Amino acid sequence: MGKPDAPDLGAGVIAARRWMPLVDSAIFVLLILVGWQLLFVRVGNDGFASPGETIGRLATLAFNAGFWNNVEATAVAFAWACVFAIGGGLVVGLLLGASRFAGEVADPILNALASLPKITLYPVILLFFGLGLQAKVAFGTIHGIFPVIIMTMNGVRTIKPVVRKTARVLRLSLWETMRTVLLPAALPEIFSGVRVGIALALLGTLIGELFASDRGIGFLLMSYVNRQDGAGVIALTVVLFAVAVTIGSALLALDARLHHR
Amino acid sequence: MNAVAWTRVAVIVGFVALIEALCRFGAIKPFTLIAPSAMAVSLVALLQKPDVRADLLFTGVNVAITVAISVAGGFAAGVLLHRFARARRVVSPLLAASYAVPMFVFYPVMIVLFGLGRWSLIAIGVMLGIVGMIVNTIDGLDRVPRVYTKTAAMQRMSPLATTLLVVLPAATPHLVTGVKLAVTYSITGVIAGEFILSVAGLGRAIALAYNNLDNAAMYGLLLVLLIATTAINVAIHAWESRMHRIWGQA
Repeated sequence: MGKPDAPDLGAGVIAARRWMPLVDSAIFVLLILVGWQLLFVRVGNDGFASPGETIGRLATLAFNAGFWNNVEATAVAFAWACVFAIGGGLVVGLLLGASRFAGEVADPILNALASLPKITLYPVILLFFGLGLQAKVAFGTIHGIFPVIIMTMNGVRTIKPVVRKTARVLRLSLWETMRTVLLPAALPEIFSGVRVGIALALLGTLIGELFASDRGIGFLLMSYVNRQDGAGVIALTVVLFAVAVTIGSALLALDARLHHR
Repeated sequence: MNAVAWTRVAVIVGFVALIEALCRFGAIKPFTLIAPSAMAVSLVALLQKPDVRADLLFTGVNVAITVAISVAGGFAAGVLLHRFARARRVVSPLLAASYAVPMFVFYPVMIVLFGLGRWSLIAIGVMLGIVGMIVNTIDGLDRVPRVYTKTAAMQRMSPLATTLLVVLPAATPHLVTGVKLAVTYSITGVIAGEFILSVAGLGRAIALAYNNLDNAAMYGLLLVLLIATTAINVAIHAWESRMHRIWGQA
């Protein structure tokens, strides 16, 4: 691009290049809408809805106070799940990373736990926490905490030995070492773990709401599913996708900046 | 076994023993959680029952078909997206976000499309399982060092030979990670679908036991699932580590 002998592009070509990604996205959205409409023609209204109906439903939801109450309930549970997943994951991950032996012992156990289909634990969570906020937060936490633990642990384990030796020479306490040496040194890896953890905490919270709640977006979604309300289901899923893409892109941008340092 | 492995066993045994003690001495009520020994007894009894075996077979076959479709389809889609950069730029935010969205809310739509039975479960499983394979295929192809393909060109290798002998081996570690994710998410998708609505399967059996307040059966079935998924994960993890060792780059 920046070559000195690059051919002189007309202003029109340069503008076209700048707008290309947007044009591509527009084409993609259009393709999805067309495919969706065709699917609708084939499936009909049995638990499904056309793009038009879905957009109409989105507009109704935006002016519905009950919807925003449910958004708030989900946001509160999601925030708590993030606090526990990130806080707990950081502490456990730093401790396991600080000791080579403990890390090696824990590694396969953590990987096995991380890849369990946690949805099957919903009866267990329900029996322990009952229906409500606690169950949702617990569900979000068990989803989000493992990536944070695993990536924090790996981040700390791959810190250059000289950094840790310096901390020992300076006779820093365990807490001081964690806070002023290990955490900053492993920050890029830790943040990648936090990014994945936040995405999974959102998923976990929503799953908790699907099965173990009487409030929130997940609950609303499940009641639409049970009522065979296709427009509602798809409208809410579109909202969730939009939220997840926004959070994901923002964290990914931050992540890239941290790794570039 | 070395000290690490012994300690690992000790940690697991200690944890199970702790739960056992808490249950036996009444700190955890049997209504909430039954003792691990009781789960094991229930598991053995359950495995004798023909209907439980039928459920396990149903779920196992579903997962196997789902994994096969997810891996093959995800690889093909990954290769195509890698080839067409414009399409990739548009699709990748969606792929990244799909992890945070409970895709199985589309399960009812799958039932409408494929009917209640095996194929709607496989469809929802593929929706979850294919993403990790696509993302890791793209990643793997990205990481093939330029110098490899240039060397292949210098040796005047055909496109097919370059793909089979250079590109694929170089991308293997990522492809294996993709397969691992495809397996994990396929299991989740199929079992989640069975939970919600199904004619058979392990997920349905667990949901039924829960609804009937039959904790012995429920925890026995959960233990089956725990053992099966852990065994699969450990096996795949070992395979993945070996591939990473053989094919270099972390």
